[in-house]
Amino acid sequence: MSTPVLELVDVGKTYRSGALEVDALRGVSLTIDRGEFVAISGPSGSGKSTLMHILGCLDVPTSGTFHLAGEDVSALGEDQLADVRNRHIGFVFQQFNLLPYLTAWRNVELPLVYAGIDRTERRRRALLALDQVGLADRADHKPGELSGGQQQRVAVARALVTEPALILADEPTGNLDSASTQDVLDLFDELNGRGRTVVLITHEPDVAARAGRTVQIRDGSVWTAEPALAGGSGVVG
Amino acid sequence: MNGRDLFRTAVEAIRSHRLRSALTMLGILIGITAVILTVGLGNGAKAEVRDQIDELGTNLLVVSPGSTTDTSGVRGGFGSSSTLTTADAEALASDDVAPDIAAVAATGTTSASLANGDTNWTTTLTGTTPSWQEVRSREVTSGRFLDQEDVDTAAAVVVLGPDTADELFGGGSAVGREVTFDGTTLEVVGVLEALSSSEDTTYNDLAIVPSTTYAERLVGGTERASVSAIYVKATSDTTLSAAHQEATTTLANRHGTTLADADFTIATQESILTAATSVDQTMTVMLGGIAVISLLVGGIGVMNIMLVSVAERVREIGLRKALGARPRSIRLQFLVEASVLGFLGGVVGVALGVVGAVALPRFADARVVVSPTASLAAIAMAIGIGVVFGVYPASRAARLAPIDALRNE
Repeated sequence: MSTPVLELVDVGKTYRSGALEVDALRGVSLTIDRGEFVAISGPSGSGKSTLMHILGCLDVPTSGTFHLAGEDVSALGEDQLADVRNRHIGFVFQQFNLLPYLTAWRNVELPLVYAGIDRTERRRRALLALDQVGLADRADHKPGELSGGQQQRVAVARALVTEPALILADEPTGNLDSASTQDVLDLFDELNGRGRTVVLITHEPDVAARAGRTVQIRDGSVWTAEPALAGGSGVVG
Repeated sequence: MNGRDLFRTAVEAIRSHRLRSALTMLGILIGITAVILTVGLGNGAKAEVRDQIDELGTNLLVVSPGSTTDTSGVRGGFGSSSTLTTADAEALASDDVAPDIAAVAATGTTSASLANGDTNWTTTLTGTTPSWQEVRSREVTSGRFLDQEDVDTAAAVVVLGPDTADELFGGGSAVGREVTFDGTTLEVVGVLEALSSSEDTTYNDLAIVPSTTYAERLVGGTERASVSAIYVKATSDTTLSAAHQEATTTLANRHGTTLADADFTIATQESILTAATSVDQTMTVMLGGIAVISLLVGGIGVMNIMLVSVAERVREIGLRKALGARPRSIRLQFLVEASVLGFLGGVVGVALGVVGAVALPRFADARVVVSPTASLAAIAMAIGIGVVFGVYPASRAARLAPIDALRNE
């Protein structure tokens, strides 16, 4: 058997501001296997953003252990976390977060710049990733010249370009109209079909329903972790 | 992230915020231009004085009557008449007493109004000997200089400076014509070559007569043997200090004074130069201070704008960090950006300084000598300012937590 992509054991996160302590996560245990398409869902304030930050190695848990692709990342320093993010995680954000002054392919190559890969190879891989999201012909357009859906697809290409263990999408459809939402969700489906592990954070039930499995977060804990709500009814929203 | 990627990123960021980048550069640019012009003006003034002193003649000592004391007073001779005489000059000219002195010219000077018919011109009338020409290294363009016979016979002849000849004879040939001074008619026997680089008109506007003519026929007075200055030329620049020593001892002996209360002063070109440039030096230091302050202000401007830039680009920084940029990469990115801004400001500043150096002399009576060393130093300084004042904003950017940065709307 292969090691799971994500393995959280009893992860807790406590924010401390002055004398006040807030438990954002309490004892979250979660395993996501290679090739899964998982939606993490929950109302705002449930702790799903905190969980997303920990899954994305943007923050470290205060208790418990977290293995990403077999590597214990609970206690890494800032530089090592940066390297882990670079190698193992492809982010897709609600706000797209493309740099407006760079063309599409230059945006896509950014993670490779920090991986220390030379320019020719970066361009080759960036164009390949753009091709996978169907935007090969838009490589030299700046984000401002692209529609919202196209911008998000560029962002997905950027997430793909390092061939990460995990694609982590944080409300990726929050800023899109319904047609583009379907577009982008289809793209995630397609990537998952090709074996990519996708974790999608959303508060929208019908978006969560597209995933193979939904993890509900309530008050900082996993509410139900039932397997395969395939064709889910949306009642858990 | 290698150097080329860093540089490309910095240039792209600068280009994507043109106005902000231009304003940042402006502060540095003004400071560097000020530095270039200040140093240039200082050098120009020094070169100017150096030229003038050189035109006085080479390897020259100037003996003047009276002595400046430590309390900046001037000790005059008895009855405030000149304490130097033609006899002093003759003593200095002796090879036995002063072997390192090549030539000596005693001069008496007074302001005099010369006339050619209805044309009057006031100039400096100098009575001296033929050696003046050698001592002061001056050429004659037409006619001849004074000779020993003129001195022996107290001939009524005069050699004019080029400007003086122009004023009196309106550009026509002056040699062979006559000028009158105080009722005495003098024949013009020669005209001196103009000193082109000099802005001091006293070098080109003067009238020279034999010392005997000056003392006996023109100016007269009771102190016929006294002179206003003795010019002493050393045999070479290496014997200049020996000549200085010999002149001092000889004159002190002749006047029966000690060195401490000498009634004469011997100035070298170097000491004249020092005195003349000390004023400029003060101004250069002052202007330089202002330039440094404006550079400092420019630097603070860089810091300010870089801090604004960091605040404005929080999302970009957060994104780069999320994509795997280490804090070091972010810090370097902002540092390189600040130093590129500094470099651009420096280059444009030097260019403007050079333009100013060409333009300024057209509007003001000033010479600006731009030194390549100072220009390179100024550019290096501009980059340094970018780095120094970029460090704080850069480390602020590097310390941003990626989640805080990405949360920013």
